[in-house]
This record gives sequence, structure tokens and C-alpha cells, in this order.
Amino acid sequence: MANLVMFCILAVVILGSAVMCVTTKRIMRAATFMLFVLFGVAGLYFLLDYTFLGAAQISVYAGGVTMIYVFAIQLVSKRTLQGMVERLKGSRVVMGALLSVVGLATVVLVFLKNDMLRSMSRYIGAVTPDQEVPMREIGHALVGAGKYQYVLPFEFISLFLLACIIGALVVSRKED
Amino acid sequence: MVPVEFYFILSALLFFIGVFGFVTRRNLIAMLISIELVLNAVDINFAAFNRMLYPDSMEGMFMTLFSIGVSAAESAVAIAIIINVYRRFKSDSVESIKNMKW
Repeated sequence: MANLVMFCILAVVILGSAVMCVTTKRIMRAATFMLFVLFGVAGLYFLLDYTFLGAAQISVYAGGVTMIYVFAIQLVSKRTLQGMVERLKGSRVVMGALLSVVGLATVVLVFLKNDMLRSMSRYIGAVTPDQEVPMREIGHALVGAGKYQYVLPFEFISLFLLACIIGALVVSRKED
Repeated sequence: MVPVEFYFILSALLFFIGVFGFVTRRNLIAMLISIELVLNAVDINFAAFNRMLYPDSMEGMFMTLFSIGVSAAESAVAIAIIINVYRRFKSDSVESIKNMKW
């Protein structure tokens, strides 16, 4: 019951912030509302007892990505910060809303009518998996090389991050 | 215990709010923020499905973890490109980039 109440609070925060984020005219406010969405999603991970995942979400997204956005906004668009530059076209808003509503209806309908998932959720009703994944287990799975262990993607993502850092530097350096 | 349907509906709503933002906004950074919303919606799904349907395994959790890392790298590169576009065209709207359109 407490879980359900927390979920509802988080859902209201996430959805309200997301709607404000895509409809507000000022980019700085959009970035701030995105920060609230990210915190809400981290709260959802905590609610699912993925504590490590929630911590990673907060540190990487809220600490890193949002900071990059704020710096980029400060570097790029002074006019956008001070006032509204971007104009929303009415026809495009209507088209986007239509597209979103149709897609949402399709996805939710497919999900709620799905037989596999319904049988699954009946099966998991008895399990109630409410316990935290231990940090030791996560660490072993992350750098182990056996079956269901993830050292290859781990190394690959470190290489990928390096490549992205170098790529970003090359793209954004001053030409001289 | 929250039913898994709630997580799914929440993430579907978040996903399509992001799609709406991506379609309507014409500012490059605002579009990138919408993409982040979409990515977060997908991450919620991975974590919730892992926890609700296969509580003994950790595949969804690691998928979410790697997805967080990849999206951080992606946003760094995208921000670099946007700053470069702004330096060249003095504007951060997608209408300013017309050369690669066709």
C-alpha cells in the first residue's frame, strides 16, 4: 500500500514535470523540469529496490548530463534564456498531439490485451520480490566473465565513452 | 506491491510526451531533452520488467545501467554538435541547418 502511494506521488511528479518540460517556452526551465523527471525516475528505481541503479541514475544523469545541458544552454542561447525566441506552430502542435495520442492508445491497448503478460503477472502475484539486490552480487556480475556476467559490455562501454569524449572534443574544437 | 501495468502505463505516457516534444519543438537543445525523456521511459520499462517478471536475474538492470552510460555519451556528442552548429550559423534552431536536409 505504501509502495502504491509512493508510486502515485512519483508518477504525478514525473508526468507533470515531463509535460511542463515539453511545453515551456524557455529552454532553461525545460532543463530544470528534465532534472525533476530524472529524480522521479531515480525514485522509481529506489521503489523497485534497485538502489544501485537509482544512485547511478542520480549521479550520471542529474550530476553529469544535466550539467552538460546547463552549460550548453548558457553557451548557446542567450536570447532564448531572456525571452521567448522559439515559436510553436499550431499545426505542428496539433499534429504532434495526434501522433502521440494515437501511438499511446496503440501501445497501451497492445499491452493491456497481451496474454503473455497477463499470465505472467498472475504468476508473479505470489512471488512479491521485495528485496534489494546485494551490491556484492552486482559487482561480481558486472566484472565477471562467465555466463550472465558482463565484463565485455563493461569494457566496451568504457571504450565507447572514451571514443565519445574524443569525438566531442574533435567536433567542438575551434578551427584554426 | 505496485502492479506491473502501472509502470508500463507510466513509461508509455512518458515516452509519448517525449515524442510530442520531439515533434513540436524546433530548438535543438529542447529536442535533445525530449530524447532524454524517451530514453528514461525505456529505462523504466527495462527495470520494471526485470523486477516484476524475472526477479532472480539482473539482465534488465544491467541493460538500464549501460543505457544510462550510452545516453550520457550520446548527449555529450550531441551537445558538441549543437555548439558547433551555433558557432557556424549563430542560431540554435533546426531551421538553420538546411544544407543536409536533401
